[in-house]
Amino acid sequence: MITSIYGAIESGLIYAIMALGVYISFRLLDFPDLTVDGSFVTGGAVTSVMIVNGTDPFTATIAGAIAGFFAGCITGLLHTKGNINPLLAGILMMIALYSINLRIMGQPNIPLLNEHTLFTTLSGWWEALNLEAIFMAPFHWLGIADFAPRSFYALMSLLVLIIIVKKLMDFFLRTEAGTTLRATGDNQKMVRSFSANTSLYIIVGMGVSNMLVAFSGAMVVQHSGFADINLGVGMIIIGLASVIIGEVLFGKDKIVRMTLAVILGAIVYRIIYSMALRIDFLEASDMKLITALIVVVALVFPHWLGQTNAKNQYKKSKAKAASSG
Amino acid sequence: MLSLNEIHKTFYPNTPDERLALVDVNQKLEAGDFVTIIGSNGAGKSTLLNTLAGSIIPDEGEVAIDGRDVTRLPEQKRAAYIGRVFQDPMAGTAPGMTIEENMVISLGRTKRRSLFRGVSKQLRERFREHLATLEIGLEDRLNTKVGLLSGGERQALSLLMATFTEPKILLLDEHTAALDPSKQELILRLTRELVEKHSLTTVMVTHQMEQAIEFGNRLWMMDEGKIIFEANDDEKDELTVSDLLQNFENIRGKRMASDRALLSK
Repeated sequence: MITSIYGAIESGLIYAIMALGVYISFRLLDFPDLTVDGSFVTGGAVTSVMIVNGTDPFTATIAGAIAGFFAGCITGLLHTKGNINPLLAGILMMIALYSINLRIMGQPNIPLLNEHTLFTTLSGWWEALNLEAIFMAPFHWLGIADFAPRSFYALMSLLVLIIIVKKLMDFFLRTEAGTTLRATGDNQKMVRSFSANTSLYIIVGMGVSNMLVAFSGAMVVQHSGFADINLGVGMIIIGLASVIIGEVLFGKDKIVRMTLAVILGAIVYRIIYSMALRIDFLEASDMKLITALIVVVALVFPHWLGQTNAKNQYKKSKAKAASSG
Repeated sequence: MLSLNEIHKTFYPNTPDERLALVDVNQKLEAGDFVTIIGSNGAGKSTLLNTLAGSIIPDEGEVAIDGRDVTRLPEQKRAAYIGRVFQDPMAGTAPGMTIEENMVISLGRTKRRSLFRGVSKQLRERFREHLATLEIGLEDRLNTKVGLLSGGERQALSLLMATFTEPKILLLDEHTAALDPSKQELILRLTRELVEKHSLTTVMVTHQMEQAIEFGNRLWMMDEGKIIFEANDDEKDELTVSDLLQNFENIRGKRMASDRALLSK
């Protein structure tokens, strides 16, 4: 039970990168971007093909992320220069990427189990530095060694990675260009009136968003040990679920706080996911339904809560008026 | 400074809805001129302003700023010379962002946006100073989301953001029309102060004759896409509301009379 939570946190940290990408498109640019379902696989496909062909995993991962950047830019171009509705632009790109991903992979499934991946490299470093003993010490000391994760290397290196990604993103979003990018999703007319090319901001913003998504995809295939053409199905909904759960549970106004909330949201989603899988009558294939339900609840509940609060307040003020009058 | 040469614009040409929005507009503005434009609904005031801003490209004619032809320059590029305040107080600011972030965006009007930290300590001081001149306490609320401000406050901020980077031309599109009277007064006072402080060349559209007479050194009256009456400097100083109405009826009445003559033939 407890050890399965470590696994959930691990994948949560990987999917958090994807969720941050979705946060950029969905929340900051106000662009519901379905490209995600395709670009997630694109990242994984490029990386796994390069790894199988003997490229060093770092280069392969970066190449995967860059492929996602271009996919996102094309969606942005379709919308801004082609005047295609955002949803449709995303769907078109998603469908196109399905074929492109198959072309890249050459087959629907690429196993990476015996390949040299980012995680095998990291685990090598971890052993060389002999860090495992340090992290295990408190568990032995408290006599709960059974509850310790199998190994700390993935957890710790992913934690470091997500902190780096978050810091970079916080920095970018608070630069002059980043501030303008956020305003583009808020009030395009105003941004244009201050001499900013909103099309460019949308195109680059969509690029960065899908770069993070593809980066996450590249990590996922290396973590799970295989790339699959259907890996990305429903990915956008998982991203939305993470963003919305994060906002509801941990959200605050400040951008620094929001990126943290999205990361935590992704982890909470993965924990809910692993819990749900432990329920006997649920099968892995039911997860898409559960994800959809999580998103519906997360979208409806705060709205509904707001209404009840308003009603209660109205009743209270009425009662007050009656008693004083 | 700003010249409009033989500007024509027709909406929905060759359809039953065809409408002449601008007909042969020829005007020149000198640096420091403040022109007010009045006219009834559909007279072409907003079309003229949008043509200056670049949101509408004229069918014929040329718009030039400082001798440079900008007729086909897209809106966002032209905005490097132009500050704008819209009628809708919600239009000129980004509601989900703080006052200081909004001001950072307006600062980018004149230069390339960098990958450096948007709001620095130095800038914050500068913003605070400028906001203090509005005298509505915004200088202490730099981190407040603009969406939480009232309409008047938002419009005051829009006005400041449009002016403090000293554009060559300031366009005001009935920027007080959506506010209640006390807020209108505030915005008008600020308009006067800011335009004077930065000695801006200004074009202000209004539907209130008193405003048009009170403000600026020039006045254009528009009807059916034409500038049918104008008054400059001394002429304008002596102008009264009844003069304007008289003029309007004279010109319009004559045309109505000629229409009738045509019809009866």
